Amino acid sequence: MKKYILLLLLTFTAVFAKADTSVDLDEALRRDGKIYVVVSIICIIFIGLAIYLFTIDRRLKKIEKEK
Amino acid sequence: MKFIYQTWWKVIAVLLVFSSLITGLLLPVPILGNLGETIRNLYFHVPMWMGMLTVFVVSVFYSLRYLRDGKEEYDLAAVECVNTGIMFYVLGFLTGMLWAKFTWGEFWSGDPKQNSAAIAFLLYCAYLVLRNAIDEEQKRAKISAIYNIFAFPIMIVLIFVLPRMTDSLHPGSGGNPAFNSYDLDKNMRYSFYPAMLGWPFIALWIATIRYRLRLLENKKNAIS
Repeated sequence: MKKYILLLLLTFTAVFAKADTSVDLDEALRRDGKIYVVVSIICIIFIGLAIYLFTIDRRLKKIEKEK
Repeated sequence: MKFIYQTWWKVIAVLLVFSSLITGLLLPVPILGNLGETIRNLYFHVPMWMGMLTVFVVSVFYSLRYLRDGKEEYDLAAVECVNTGIMFYVLGFLTGMLWAKFTWGEFWSGDPKQNSAAIAFLLYCAYLVLRNAIDEEQKRAKISAIYNIFAFPIMIVLIFVLPRMTDSLHPGSGGNPAFNSYDLDKNMRYSFYPAMLGWPFIALWIATIRYRLRLLENKKNAIS
């Protein structure tokens, strides 16, 4: 068990170490006063709501077919 | 009514709004007066009213059809359109108030546009109250259809005509231009038009979902 936890921690350090060096996406999201972060968040929210609406639509269709 | 069960227009609406979200935040905008970057609200605040207007128009259409044919579904469509419209009304109101706070100085400055929009809001609240006050279904449908047909033009006059005839802080009134030909530059059109086209269809979509739910509820009540 301990071995796995250690392994997990090690992979985390690898991820963090990588995050320090590879900064392509990081840099892109930081340009222009970080507006791209806002755009991404708004897009995520809207896509989420849209998918939600589509699933409601699909569920409704199913119930309507049952009748 | 097959249209409301199809998916293609919902996808197009989502894509239109989605594109307006990205371009609306990233494309350059003219900085005018104390508006600053808030001019971008044009892509989000105004389409709410467009969405409201669209579902209210559909609602009037179905109220008229109800009076002509007397089909219960038409009445249900009219109510659910108004319900959705009120939702967009509130969103338009809140976004407008927030925008006003940072450009006009107050959330509510008693501006003609704000006041008459509030009156028109009560007009539509009264519609829902009226419906709940009448128990008999056919009577309710008929009376509320007539009310709805009269409420719509009054709402139009209150929101879109009267404020423009007096001095108002809101763009489009008393020599205070809307974001028209010379303000709305080419870049803004790329975000504004998709938003103005996309949001009304999102509103319609929500209204159709509510209508279909209401239809199911109605069927269930009729059986039991």
